Amino acid sequence: MRAVDAVIECLKAEGVEVVFGLPGGANLPQYDAFYDAGIRHVLVRHEAGGGHAAAGYAKATGKVGVCFATSGPGATNVVTPIADAMMDSVPTVFITGQVRTDLLGTDGFQEVDVVGVTMPIVKHSFMIQHPLEIPRAIHEAFHLARTGRPGPVIVDIPTDLARADIPYEPVTDVHLPGYQPTHDGNTKQIRQAAKALASARRPVLYVGGGAINAGASDEVRELARLDNFPVTCTLMGLGAFPAPDPQWLGMLGMHGTRTANYAMDEADLIVAIGARFDDRITGKLSEFAPRAKFVHIDIDPAEISKNIPAHIPIVGDAKNIVAKLVKEYRALEGVDHARLEAWWERIRGWQEKHPLRYEDSEGTEIKPQYLVEALYEATGGDAIVTTDIGQHQMWCAQYFHFDRPRRWLQSGGLGTMGFGLPAAMGAKVGMPDETVICLAGDGSVQMNMQELATCAQDGIDIKIFISNNGYLGMVRQWQELFWEKRYSQVDMGQFPDFVKLADAYGATGFRFENKTTLVEDIKQAIATPGPVMVDVRVTREENVYPMIAPGAAARDMVG
Amino acid sequence: MGDPGTKQDLLSLEDLEAAGALRTGRKHVLSILVENKPGVLTRIAGLFARRGFNIETLTVGPTDDDQISRVTLTVDGALHPIDQVTKQLHKLINVLKIRDLEPEGTVARELALFKVAAEGPARAEVMQVCDIFRGKVVDVTRRSLIVEVTGTTDKVEAFERMVRPFGLIEMMRTGEIAISRGRTET
Ligand SMILES: Cc1cc2nc3c(=O)[nH]c(=O)nc-3n(C[C@H](O)[C@H](O)[C@H](O)COP(=O)(O)OP(=O)(O)OC[C@H]3O[C@@H](n4cnc5c(N)ncnc54)[C@H](O)[C@@H]3O)c2cc1C
Ligand SMILES: Cc1ncc(C[n+]2csc(CCOP(=O)(O)OP(=O)(O)O)c2C)c(N)n1
Ligand SMILES: [Mg+2]
Repeated sequence: MRAVDAVIECLKAEGVEVVFGLPGGANLPQYDAFYDAGIRHVLVRHEAGGGHAAAGYAKATGKVGVCFATSGPGATNVVTPIADAMMDSVPTVFITGQVRTDLLGTDGFQEVDVVGVTMPIVKHSFMIQHPLEIPRAIHEAFHLARTGRPGPVIVDIPTDLARADIPYEPVTDVHLPGYQPTHDGNTKQIRQAAKALASARRPVLYVGGGAINAGASDEVRELARLDNFPVTCTLMGLGAFPAPDPQWLGMLGMHGTRTANYAMDEADLIVAIGARFDDRITGKLSEFAPRAKFVHIDIDPAEISKNIPAHIPIVGDAKNIVAKLVKEYRALEGVDHARLEAWWERIRGWQEKHPLRYEDSEGTEIKPQYLVEALYEATGGDAIVTTDIGQHQMWCAQYFHFDRPRRWLQSGGLGTMGFGLPAAMGAKVGMPDETVICLAGDGSVQMNMQELATCAQDGIDIKIFISNNGYLGMVRQWQELFWEKRYSQVDMGQFPDFVKLADAYGATGFRFENKTTLVEDIKQAIATPGPVMVDVRVTREENVYPMIAPGAAARDMVG
Repeated sequence: MGDPGTKQDLLSLEDLEAAGALRTGRKHVLSILVENKPGVLTRIAGLFARRGFNIETLTVGPTDDDQISRVTLTVDGALHPIDQVTKQLHKLINVLKIRDLEPEGTVARELALFKVAAEGPARAEVMQVCDIFRGKVVDVTRRSLIVEVTGTTDKVEAFERMVRPFGLIEMMRTGEIAISRGRTET
């Protein structure tokens, strides 16, 4: 059979239901195979949209997202989504076309060394050199993408090799001698961690995206309930612990709650579960959690002690390890269950004194924070939510509460403007029965606007709410706070007219400007069939608070 | 948004340079077993560059298994502990094994070729030095000699210092390969 037909067979064997992509010269063979492959293909309008859609699909479903692109410009268009998937550990496979082997290295038409370009931002890549390698490479790519610390994998297939006639045998054994992720976690270390927890007087569970990847939220909750341990999550971990909840401190980090950050600052033991001590969390490293000992649970040994030296490192899968930790903790004798009372008193004090708050408008003006609260109210919290990058993203993290994993889909590590819309599209394709909302920025949304056409054509029913402040708001905020209010190149005015644009794309457009009817208006927009894009006019100059100023320590939060 | 600084902060170039010039850790000899796959070397080199390590020497050669090659690398200490790099190296799918070789437990050798201007009486002197270093003369013309020297980096460098005054036309060095002492595999 043709190698490309073998590719399709491999995809089917891997359980692939959908591919996002766009054809070109170098992957014409792949697209010929799609013609009657019986796998859904979503024709995106820009390969970046395809890459982010694959990531949105993967984040919502936990399955591998797949994106196809042609050589040269098609391949370079997926560089940003690949980097994004690498930063956030998203299981994705990118299959790119490449020029004919006899043209390789000759600056052939649409030749780009995509494997070379992406080398630092992939989990792994395969440059196919012989058609017989193809089936194995595809299976290895899926295996690598989804296991261990997930990430993006590229398979680059020269167009002549794709057309070769090969015998296809299903590959069932993937054998990668240099790749053996650890799953179990060292029992002795886990016991140590249980003991440390049992004697801690000011513990905090610090939960990240790894807990979501591991599917460990039940275990995390069980652990927290053992002794009323306080829990905070990173931006990527939101939903790993059900919020709101009496044990929930809110998100931590730069725009996290004061309570969460103060708790980290005063903690004597921090248990990191699939979280990587990003600089958005630690602020000034030397002043981060100065009194704490660290238990660090992560599947990637390179994360352990990368930024913060771990006292009890545990390498392995969070689901496994936390389950064992619960068991070990239960087996301990003589644990003083009342020991956290003073700690909780202190925490409750912060919570009372420093709740998240903003000054709401008096009249009909819509504050961007209120927009998020209205979305929460209108949906009852029952929705998958993506955002773009900026102020609206932070407010959404603060004011929307996520009670389950995989409902809050973010570009956290790379912070890619334009992620929200295509990610929502991918999520909706993967979870067609869920309400999928994209809270977009007026700046960000324009970076992958074109996918609205894809949604309209394919009936991908997403609801986009643009928090329209007419600014690159987050940059404006920094210019206001740290650069003497010299607003440089952040004012975008009221362009384009998003309602007309929605119409032109074949979606439904609304404009909401009145706070008093906002919740009802949102309900109506969500009830409108097909893709909907709403221009919500919000207060132009509003700042995200509280905030750890760059390079400052958590206890010096402002706002 | 990255670290934006503020309007007030001015970064002096001197400060930046001082920060960049900091060299802490010791020299390291890493012995890495890799699968013989395209791009492996680029992946390895890229990791070092990103973390600010300067690769001083690099050799690649076959092993007794033709699917597997050995890369031997020497790097100088850099801003970061080598630990992070070796952990990142382990994450490369085609990397099978890494040893950070302790100098005491290791036999390390490199091969060097020296083309020396050696006419008249100088010729005998060069040959004498060559003898002392157990070098081998591998090519002779009327006006030059090529000497082959094998040994530790220190020895090769000592030889270079000795012959340079005679007129070193050119020199080539392979960079070290290293093997652990005793019975255990490197
Ligand atoms: C404008 C902006 C502002 C931001 N502000 C904040 C902020 O205030 N607060 C905040 O928290 N973030 C913020 N972020 C996000 C931040 O940049 C990081 O993306 C985020 O903090 C990283 O989250 P994480 O530590 O959970 O790691 P992730 O990137 O989710 O990494 C997951 C970790 O878990 C590990 N892992 C994966 N699978 C498993 C498994 N099965 N078992 C165990 N471990 C596993 C991985 O190896 C990795 O170390 C902001 C981003 C933007 C764009
Ligand atoms: C591709 C890309 N370019 C630039 C940035 C830097 N950046 C971060 S937030 C932001 C402003 C985003 O504006 P908008 O989408 O309107 O959101 P707002 O902050 O106004 O809510 C910018 C430009 C980025 N994160 N991504
Ligand atoms: Mg904006």
